This record gives sequence, C-alpha cells and structure tokens, in this order.
Amino acid sequence: MTLHAATSDDGQFPVALRTRDLAVGYRTRWMRRAVLERLNLEVHPGELVCLLGPNGIGKSTLLRTVARMQAPLGGAVELGGVDLQTITPSELARRVGVVLTERVAVEALLARRVVELGRYPHSGWFGRLTDHDRAVVAWAIDAVGAQHLATRDFSCLSDGERQRVMIARALAQEPVLLVLDEPTAFLDVPSRAELMGLLRQLTREGTLAVVVSTHDLELALRTADVVWLVMPGGDLVTGAPEDVVLSGAMAQAFEGRQVRFHSEERSFRLVTGHQGTAVVSGQGLRAAMARAVLEREGYAVATNDESEGALILDVHESGWRVSAQSGEWNGHNFASLAACLRGRSTRT
Amino acid sequence: MTPPSSHPAVAPRTLDDGVALVRATARRPSEVAILLGLVALLAVVFLVSLALGSTSVPLWRVLQALTGTSPERDAAVVVVETIRLPRSLTAMLAGASLGIAGLQMQTLFRNPLADPFALGISSGASLGVALVVLGTGYGAAAVFGASMGLGGDALVTVAASVGAALVLGLVLLVSSRIESPTTVLILGLMFGYAVSAVVTVLVGASQPERLQQWAQWGFGSFSGVTWQRLRLFGPVTLVGVLVASATTKQLNALLLGERYARSMGLAVRRARLLTMFGASVLGAVVTAFCGPISFLGIAVPHLCRGLLGTSDHRVLVPAVVVLGATVALVAQIVSLLPGSAGVLPLNAVTSLLGAPVVVAVLLRSRRGAFAG
Repeated sequence: MTLHAATSDDGQFPVALRTRDLAVGYRTRWMRRAVLERLNLEVHPGELVCLLGPNGIGKSTLLRTVARMQAPLGGAVELGGVDLQTITPSELARRVGVVLTERVAVEALLARRVVELGRYPHSGWFGRLTDHDRAVVAWAIDAVGAQHLATRDFSCLSDGERQRVMIARALAQEPVLLVLDEPTAFLDVPSRAELMGLLRQLTREGTLAVVVSTHDLELALRTADVVWLVMPGGDLVTGAPEDVVLSGAMAQAFEGRQVRFHSEERSFRLVTGHQGTAVVSGQGLRAAMARAVLEREGYAVATNDESEGALILDVHESGWRVSAQSGEWNGHNFASLAACLRGRSTRT
Repeated sequence: MTPPSSHPAVAPRTLDDGVALVRATARRPSEVAILLGLVALLAVVFLVSLALGSTSVPLWRVLQALTGTSPERDAAVVVVETIRLPRSLTAMLAGASLGIAGLQMQTLFRNPLADPFALGISSGASLGVALVVLGTGYGAAAVFGASMGLGGDALVTVAASVGAALVLGLVLLVSSRIESPTTVLILGLMFGYAVSAVVTVLVGASQPERLQQWAQWGFGSFSGVTWQRLRLFGPVTLVGVLVASATTKQLNALLLGERYARSMGLAVRRARLLTMFGASVLGAVVTAFCGPISFLGIAVPHLCRGLLGTSDHRVLVPAVVVLGATVALVAQIVSLLPGSAGVLPLNAVTSLLGAPVVVAVLLRSRRGAFAG
C-alpha cells in the first residue's frame, strides 16, 4: 500500500534504489521461507526513509537484501538502474554504505583509521591512500561532526560516538545509498536523537539516500521523509509519516494490550480508563501533570464533567483536591495524589 | 552532504583543510621510528648469531666472512659460512613466516589464541613424521627414500609436508561450506585432536630408540637446514611471506568483523580461504623443515601490538616479519648455550623466554593489546 502518488507515477525524479517484486527471506536446502514478498519500493536521492515495524517481522532481512548481504528469494534490487546481483563486491561497496547494530570491538585503532577503512573499495591492492582519499576521509569526518574524535582511539569512544565514526566510514565509501540497521539500538536517548538528526542532515543536500530501521517510532516519525511500515501480516505501508499515521496503520501495527498509539500526539500511551473517568479543573503545567498522574493510574481524562460519576480533580497553587461520590481528599504534591488514587482503586 | 569528488564547488576548502590536517597526523612518527628500531635490532642480532656458538668468532671476522674479504679461509670463516649462516637465515625465515601467519590467523578468526597451526596442520605434520619415524613402515620408507636420493632428514621433511597437506586439504574442504569463522576454528581444533590421538597410539606402540628420534623432532631446530635444503626452504618461505604481506588491506577490513568487511567490498569467503591456505602453508613448511615450533606464531603478533600500540596491519605486518625473525634468532642463540657444547631444545627456549616477555608486554601496554 502506497499512501502517496508523488513518487510512483513521475518520470522526473531520479531513483536511487528500486525493488521489483522483491521477495526476501531464507532458503535452505530443504525449504524456502519468504519473510516479505511483492515489494515494489523506491528511494530517491535526498530522502531519509525510516523502516518501522514490530520485532522479528523481517526489517533486518529486507535491509540485508537491499545491501546484498543476502540474496533475494525473488525479484530484483536495482541501484541507479543497475541490478545489484550483477555488480562486483567493490562496485557494490562504492554505491552502498552499511552501518549495523553490532558493537565493533577493535582495540588500538584511531577513529581516523576506522574511517580510512571506508576507502577500501576505492584504493588499490595494498590499500595505499592518495591525497584524494585522505580528503574524502576528512570530508566524511567533517560531515558527521567527528573532527574532535578523529585522533582518539576508537575503543575509547562512547557508543554514540562510535556509530558516528562508523557512519563517517560508510560515507567515505562515497555511496549513493546508506543502509543502517538499527544504528541507535545501544545509544542513550539524546544520542539517538542526535544520530537521527545527523542522518537527516546528510540527506539534505539531495544526493545521498538513507534507509534506516529503528525501534524509536516517535523519533522516526519526527525525522523521516518517508516511512516504510511493516504490518504484522507482512504488508508494507509506505508514505510520509503523517500520511501513514492518518491511515491508522501505525495504531494497527503496534496495537497492544498495555499501550496504544495515539495518532494525534504521534506517540504511545498506556491504555487508560479501566479505573473510570476523571475531570481536571485547573490550568497550565500543574493541570498537565495532574492529567499525567491520572493516566498513569488508569483513569481516562475527560475535558468536562459530562460523564456520570466522574472523579473531579481540582489543582491549585497549594495542592490538589479530589471529589468523588465516596468522599473528598486533598494533598500538596503529586506523590500524595498518586497514593490517594491507588488507595481508591484498592478500596473499591 | 557530498564528497569532495562530486562537487568541485565545495571541494577546495575541504580538500586543502583535510590534506593539511591528515598530513600532520597520518602516521605518527613513533611507529616509523619503532619499525626502524626493530630493523636495526634484527641486524645486530643477526651478526651476534653468527658470532656466537660453541666457539665464538670475533665480529670483525664475521663481517669478513660475510663480505668475502677474509684474507684466509680458516676454520672460523668455514664455520660461519657453512653452519651458522644457513642456520641464522633459516631462523629468520621461520620466525618471519610464523609471525605473519600467526597475525593473519588471529585477525581472520578475531581470536587472540589463534596461531598458524590453528587448523590442525601441526598435528598433521606430526602424524606424517610419526608414521615414518615410529611406524612399522620405517624400514620400507627409508629404503624408498634412499632410492629417491633422500636422507633421513629429508625423508622427515617430506613426511611432515605430506601429513600437513592432507590435514589442511581436509579442513579447507570442510570449512569452505561453513559460514561461521568460530566453527572453522573449532573444526581445526577437532581435526588436530583426532590426528594427535593417532600419533599417541603410534608413540605408545613404538620402541624406545625410535622414540628418541621422534622426541628430537618435537624439540624443533633451525640447525637441520643446510645450504642445500635452504635452496628450497628459502624461496618457499620468502614467497609465502611476500604473498601474506599483500593481504594487509584485507586484514584491515576484517578488523571490523566479517559483515563490515563484506559491506566494504571484500569477498569474505574467498579471502578467508586464501588467508587460511597461505598461513597454513607457511606454518606447514616451517614445521616440515624445523619441527613444530609452537610459540612464535602466537606470541610475536601480541608483542608487536603491545610495542606499537596499534591494530593497523599497515604497521603490524612489517613489524611481525622483522620481530618474528629477531625473536627466532634470539631463541636460536640461547638454545646453543654459547661457549658450551650443550644444546637446549629450541621449543623450550622460545616458550621459557618468550612467555614472560609477552605477559609483561600485555600488562604494560595501556590495555589488552588485542580485541577479541
């Protein structure tokens, strides 16, 4: 399912990556197991594509196939109009750069040397670097903002810094397509946001295309140009993040018993309402915090007191007051409010 | 973002900045200095190895013998020319071969314990030798060998080569179907155990006087390689070391793991098979001519990483060649117990002297010098 027509019927946009009836999966001597099938995807230069979907649904398989780290079960992957299966390993490496989830364990190697490894497909038999190679390496380090890391030992860098250097290494291959398989998996929250921001920035000049899989849905929806969402049945929904959200596919793909995707806020929230309904009176940050406490404790928050038997929570400068049919309580901070709400639920 | 090549408009700034920056830091002078120091050390140790022995020859006489400017052809010159020079050359070639083969195996398998014999070829060579020396076929083989013009030593060399080649062929055949490098390593280990078991059976069933000869082979020695045999040993190891040096680029790519190496354009399986083949042949040739010299292949790469503080094979490859040759020469000198008539088993010397040095280097370097 494609939610936008802009990419499929045009002739004027060049295509960096195209798949034709691609089937990805595994083949052993005895069996063939397709994970995803009938994929007709396009990535354009300058696009940041985020591949989303529940765990174990085949995201990595798709990315590995696109990067020719495994063979397709059927169909073809084309890169700039050339079938991926027909080119040599070093031609491939000059077109596609790859960054993986795995932590790279290499001791006693400067970060710059790691980036220099990216010149592998461009350099000769002995790997001697020319001035041009060095210039590209310096450019790649510059592009990911890792100048201050270049002369440090790779093994001494943080996980986020390492991934930055690994991306610089992939850029040093001068690819048209960058494929990243959950590059943020080991990173802390600020580093994740920085990394996705970096990927977005790299695509802005309009020549590099990036396909990245991630579990960080909210971040992906904020930064991607295009989302590829793998549905539980193996269907792929593609489109701008907002179009995908609007279609309800996100909510459907990630439906769970405990959490639910809220389309308006483009984020996941705990399933609420099993404790009843509450109405908050009050304003500003305090009221917002009060709503957060109510949601966490399982109350659906209503905007006015239309609902029968709703709990009424009044927040003010000096604290809070809860009025319900069974009585009234008050306190000074949100810890006591949460305790009060929990007490109510155990009593009733 | 565009690399300098595709957008000339932005290239000049990044290009100039980049090159200036890179030139300043590209190769830390210390690495080059250490490499030159190692070469100088090798030269000194080489001369010393020619001077020392059961009787010592003054250095200036050694130099005269080497340059052919000796006024008279006395005993000292003859000893240097016909005994010590081939022995020292053999030690250097064997040390360099084992050093580089060990480095290749350690990087290939991403395992600090790997060595040139990781695929069980040392056991294969042992079996070949055991069959000839201990086996019931000894008499027949000796007769056969004599008819081919082979003496006892040459026969042992041929047997070791055949044994090593058979095991190597088997392991390569099976491992070409295996994806995981760790599995290949375990496979080699299992082959080694199985072959060793056969050797043990042979040892258990043999007569004491033959066991003596068998044990002698197990001690390892650089002395058995005469000028005549060096004519084969020299070119083979030299070519092997040169071919192995040409894998520098591949080895560097493998530092990040096989998956990254593949993504950067390395044909991983072919590179793995060729590297395994090359390293094993080097190990097998050295074993065939000098006996199973266990320690050098595993220790020299660690020494080099510790000394140079880098995993970059552009530096490590020349370093293991030079330091491997040096360590082998030192071991050779010590094993002859200069000034005395006694001889220590070479393998005992390499391990006894080498193990503490490696431990010291590992402990003193900023951290473990190898990423596993």
